[in-house]
Amino acid sequence: MSDSPQLLSGDEAIALAARHAGVRLGTGYPGTPSTEILETFDRLGGRAQWSPNEKVALEVGLGAVFGGARTLVTMKHVGLNVAADPLFTAAYTDLAAGLVVVSADDPGMASSQNEQDNRHYARAASLPMLEPMDSQEAYDFTLLAFELSERWHLPVMLRITTRVCHSKTIVRPHDAPVPGEAIGPEPGFRRDIPARVMIPAYAKPAHRRLRQKLTEIAAWNDAEGPNRVFAGHPQVGLIATGIAAMHAREAAPQACLLTIGLTYPLPLETIRTFAAGCERLVVLEEGDPVLLDALRAAGIPAQGKPEQYRFGELTVARVRRILAGDETAEPAPPKGKPPELCQGCSHRGVFEVLRDMNCIVAGDIGCYTLGVLPPFQAMDTCVCMGASIGVGLGLRHVLPEEEARRVVSVIGDSTFVHSGLTGLAEMVYNPPATGHVVLILDNGTTAMTGQQEHPGTGRTLNHDATGRIHFEDLARAMGVKNVHVVDFQAADGTLEGLLKDLLTRSETSLIVARQPCVLAAPKIRFYEKAAADRSTACPSQVVDD
Amino acid sequence: MKNIYNVVIAGLGGQGVLKASDILADAAFRAGYDVKKSELHGMSQRGGSVSSDVRFGPQVWSPMVPTGEADVLVVLDETQVEVNRAVLAPNGVLIGPDRLDAAALKNKKSLNVTLLGALSAHLPIASEHWLAAIHANLAPKLHKLNEQSFALGRAAAAVREAAAV
Repeated sequence: MSDSPQLLSGDEAIALAARHAGVRLGTGYPGTPSTEILETFDRLGGRAQWSPNEKVALEVGLGAVFGGARTLVTMKHVGLNVAADPLFTAAYTDLAAGLVVVSADDPGMASSQNEQDNRHYARAASLPMLEPMDSQEAYDFTLLAFELSERWHLPVMLRITTRVCHSKTIVRPHDAPVPGEAIGPEPGFRRDIPARVMIPAYAKPAHRRLRQKLTEIAAWNDAEGPNRVFAGHPQVGLIATGIAAMHAREAAPQACLLTIGLTYPLPLETIRTFAAGCERLVVLEEGDPVLLDALRAAGIPAQGKPEQYRFGELTVARVRRILAGDETAEPAPPKGKPPELCQGCSHRGVFEVLRDMNCIVAGDIGCYTLGVLPPFQAMDTCVCMGASIGVGLGLRHVLPEEEARRVVSVIGDSTFVHSGLTGLAEMVYNPPATGHVVLILDNGTTAMTGQQEHPGTGRTLNHDATGRIHFEDLARAMGVKNVHVVDFQAADGTLEGLLKDLLTRSETSLIVARQPCVLAAPKIRFYEKAAADRSTACPSQVVDD
Repeated sequence: MKNIYNVVIAGLGGQGVLKASDILADAAFRAGYDVKKSELHGMSQRGGSVSSDVRFGPQVWSPMVPTGEADVLVVLDETQVEVNRAVLAPNGVLIGPDRLDAAALKNKKSLNVTLLGALSAHLPIASEHWLAAIHANLAPKLHKLNEQSFALGRAAAAVREAAAV
């Protein structure tokens, strides 16, 4: 891990910094645009694990931190909704080692179901938030996040956006560890009940402690925070965060610009001083007017952007329009070819059947969401990870019987592990009068995000063999009445016949439609062969391996 | 000298658009420029439209090529030419798949690197950096084929230049 410059994506830069910071464990759940962080961390020799979902990833990370190990937890923006429960109370605890939580937001929804702005979480959970504008800052801020986390003993959020995650820019690493030198605290258990057991008696003082920490961090942010001023003409002063700062610099090189790296708690005195030197102050931020509202609440007069620029990513052209106060309609982006299910993908056959049977399909998040597009148009709802099962049950409860009997919940294998198990418990516990049918599309990988492993594949993040959850066994153990596995390679008409039968019964049913993803299949065969070779190798070969 | 070079590479998922832009960005990086490269992942393997922006020069700010400012647009699939044409600057150069005699292409999969060869004739990046970037971004068994493909594209561009004169 040398200090020579490298061309890195924001995700890769965070992984490199995590290695340089001596992070002992990285946890997360794959999700565009965050996935490459843990994959790179693993490739660089770090210990990285995919958890079943973001909540578990954060809980495992928190335990590691209580045990004194620097830990990185990564997820996409909607993943933070899942992890919000541990996050809000982890904020009250006093941490023994650095904990950095990465939220990768997706303004413009390149590959997401919403464009929520997770800057709101910093304020809501009372946690410091760093926002890099390029890969260099992604590297620098990751190191800084661990410093701040250990100085104030609280989780620090690193919020990145799609353009920072996936743009490559030059990084000059400056903190590669000296080989053999220990970095960060040494793990070990130290009992500290009031700091970690959040019963009201301990949580009440903890809440006050947290607000006191934020006051101190705000003062630090003013004194030495990662905020930069680019000098320019005082007629227009710009305040920008994240990638918007880059667009601002290009769109208005003559304007003076303040970029804010630690966006919560804000360096309000720094901003006040900057504002006083400008005739007109414009806030440039993607998404919601979070920064603008904060400045106005602090009595700093600032101008924001017209409402139309709340939606989607900012660009140099859009920043120019904002600065010109241009509220005319923007040219429509050219319509490219939309993505589609791959040729040879087993999901195609499933959605043909669902379409031809006129099923009401409660869908879920993954490649198979593409079943909503022509020629299938065989999906009626898609909201969040795991929602297919609950939504399907809700529909069944209220629809007239003939419609209720057409409802099927469709969920992918990784999504099922992420958030489907509790839905299955609900189905067994509150079965609709017409019963229900859940269809797990098991293609043996987290396909949409780039073929990551999960507990249902029986392989770890780096594809080594490990324990495996068998969905059919799980469903039987949970009390689902009819459990079937359909192997698509052998099944012609099998699924249709089975579905027809199960939809007429007033019982709970689960079908696992199993065929490996066509893109992942060669790799899966390779991993399986490697595992088989290892298990038959003699001990000396295992050591060499 | 021109301040910033803006290149957009476009095509369909699976054609090697992102690999091509990785090679271009790496070559510009090796040539000593400030470089930024930007694209969207996630849906790219599902056969949909894919494009990637590469910018290089003394100092680059935004990683995205503004509409109407691309010096060169490289397109790997004929259907994606019109979709992306708006990124080109008024005097920008379009390099499409029709640039090449398809029969001369030994392997369809190296179309991306062949078009990089044609692109290289328009950019101030020395051949040694292109070759180093090809080696660094592709598996060793693919080096020879891609070196040949790159040379083929570069020669085609040279012939075209000569014809234009």
